[in-house]
Amino acid sequence: MSKSAYEIDDHHDSVERYVVVAWVDNEAGVLARVSGLFSGRGYNIESLAVSEVDHERKISRITIATNGTKEVIKQIQAQVLKLVPVHKVNIYPINEETIFRELALVKFIGEGEILQKAEQLCVDNKFEFLDKTSKSFIVQALGLRTEIDEFIKKIKALGTVSISRTGALAMKKGSETVKDNKGLVL
Amino acid sequence: MSEQLTGAEIVFKALNEHGVDHIFGYPGGAVLPLYDQISKEKNIKHILVRHEQGAGHAAEGYARSSGKPGIALVTSGPGATNMVTALTDAYMDSIPLVCISGQVPTHLIGTDAFQECDTTGITRPCTKHNWLVKDVNQLAETIHKAFHIATSGRPGPVLVDIPKDVQFQKGVYKSANQVVVETYKPKLKAELTSIEKAVELIVKSKKPIIYSGGGVINAGTKASDALTEFTRVTNFPITSTLQGLGAFPGSDPQFLGMLGMHGTYEANNAMHECDLMINVGARFDDRITGRVDAFSPNSKKIHIDIDPSSINKIVKVDVAIVGDCLNVLNDMLTTLKNKHSDFCSSNKEKISDWWKQINKWREKKSLSYKHDDKLIMPQYAVERLYELTKNKDSFITTEVGQHQMWAAQYYKFDKPNRWMTSGGLGTMGYGLPAAIGTQIANPGKLVVDIAGEASILMNIQEMSTAVQYKLPIKIFILNNQWMGMVRQWQELLHGKNYSESYTEALPDFVKLAEAYGAVGIRAKTPKELDDKINEMVDIDRPVIFDCLVKKDENCFPMIPSGKPHNEMILGPEDEEGITEEGKVLV
Repeated sequence: MSKSAYEIDDHHDSVERYVVVAWVDNEAGVLARVSGLFSGRGYNIESLAVSEVDHERKISRITIATNGTKEVIKQIQAQVLKLVPVHKVNIYPINEETIFRELALVKFIGEGEILQKAEQLCVDNKFEFLDKTSKSFIVQALGLRTEIDEFIKKIKALGTVSISRTGALAMKKGSETVKDNKGLVL
Repeated sequence: MSEQLTGAEIVFKALNEHGVDHIFGYPGGAVLPLYDQISKEKNIKHILVRHEQGAGHAAEGYARSSGKPGIALVTSGPGATNMVTALTDAYMDSIPLVCISGQVPTHLIGTDAFQECDTTGITRPCTKHNWLVKDVNQLAETIHKAFHIATSGRPGPVLVDIPKDVQFQKGVYKSANQVVVETYKPKLKAELTSIEKAVELIVKSKKPIIYSGGGVINAGTKASDALTEFTRVTNFPITSTLQGLGAFPGSDPQFLGMLGMHGTYEANNAMHECDLMINVGARFDDRITGRVDAFSPNSKKIHIDIDPSSINKIVKVDVAIVGDCLNVLNDMLTTLKNKHSDFCSSNKEKISDWWKQINKWREKKSLSYKHDDKLIMPQYAVERLYELTKNKDSFITTEVGQHQMWAAQYYKFDKPNRWMTSGGLGTMGYGLPAAIGTQIANPGKLVVDIAGEASILMNIQEMSTAVQYKLPIKIFILNNQWMGMVRQWQELLHGKNYSESYTEALPDFVKLAEAYGAVGIRAKTPKELDDKINEMVDIDRPVIFDCLVKKDENCFPMIPSGKPHNEMILGPEDEEGITEEGKVLV
């Protein structure tokens, strides 16, 4: 895991996917601080989702899907937590204990039989239609990253598509919550 | 209703509240309201530098030699970008700086206005935190936060960017005790369980070593005292990083000298062979570890650091203790004395074989060098400077390169805050402005910048500052006409292809000193060296000392790139064995 210039072989733990969640004060530049830290230290951002989650306390939740060895992920956690406007950082490995969701809007353009086939694919996946015309539709795909990837692969094979995707969101199962320094639920 | 003050008045009221006595700065369009205010301030003196980078390094020198934060004030655009190197330098070496920069008026931000740049964007990765203050009523609070963040936890530089219109606007002052930073709570006290675990390892160890760093200096002089007491009580050998020099007395027999790339044979071998390493406020930097996978293979490692992100970053440790060095060392001492009262008496015997081994390594005399009758050896120059100034409580700054390593090897520091050098960033041009800041913080003391002829030219304009404020700093140039460290690496690693490392044209440093209104002295032979050094020390004015040294001397000992601690080069006779792999490393 070492980033030292003198590390010659790098044979340690295997690289895995993780989701990093940071609760931050929603102030100017905070996203740039977090994303800049990732690029500056050579960490990867696979996807990123961010929005204010508490308007009164002005707290935003930043969810970053990344990959690395266990040690690298721990280092990411420590580095992000060091940023002044960050309240808390949690790491979620991809496993059964955590809920993960992503959303995609997919516009399909086609006519006749092809359009019908594409519509049927969405119906099979139980995705919601948000817009329909004789030459196109927009569908909302909701699910795990792998499920959406699979769906996109299939629908792309049928015709022209335009895609907009969110990053992953993550939340731990059960009643457990994350609290800030004052003991307030984040 | 509370008293209404202008933004500029608020800034200085806040600086006064934090006890600021000196500001290093350079005026410009976007800070004119602040400069208007400076002229009315009774307790704050402004030091006009000749380049903003100089302001930054001067503030660093002030901070490192006084234990107080250094303050810099610069204008927008080029003022701010010139400050970037100094901020990065302070960030790498954990030096508390508060930089105030002017910004174009808020309505012009984002329009590519004259002298506009995205200062907070540019300085985000090289500050601990930064702010753009668009509301005058947030100004006092922001400055208080800036001081708190710069000086607490792991110290570092912060920047407050203030648009010109905000400096004119009127708002309300808020005092420092009304300000809290919810998300920022450095951990100062470590858990007792981790202290106890560490003490268990300490009492069992037969081959221990203490490896101390700049964190001890940053934790204040009491932390250095605690480190000294801990070292004496345990009788353990101690080595130090470049930044930690002076925390434990350098002239003490328990001190093995500096470790790392240009560390002593005994320090590096002890690090490699030890069974217990106690890292106090150091960060396993690559200049220290050498090849990480062969770093101290058989030791248990204790790491004391105030920054949790330093733990397990480079080297995995067995006991991590997050806290302030002073608290942790005191807690360890208390636990040792309470739980293992017999330890101190039994310990000397237990580690006596280890000391025997260390003394064998010492016999190698890895800092010895071939003397010369006709030419001044650079090592000899530093040795003589040390011998002739050691009774003076002197302060040493350096530039970056061979001279810096020779200074670290041959000048011994018995007290903390006496040694100001750019370690992490390795900034050539650091030493002269740092000497200015050091002299400002320590009037009447001897301040010497041990320099190279290449480095010194990077911020030579600050001689003018030294002359203006009658700062009797001494610039001691080891002049070999080469960028010595570059030349050394080219010799050892690039087949003696000395590409662009020789300076064909150099100024006459004696005349240069005189042109600035300072004093120039030149030494050419070992015979005249002592007299000339004494002459330099006795002059109560700034001096440039041009010490002509042997041109092709290399800095040894050296751990070549890609090698572990136990494979050092001690001198020219074993320069073989540098690998192709090692060549690509820095």
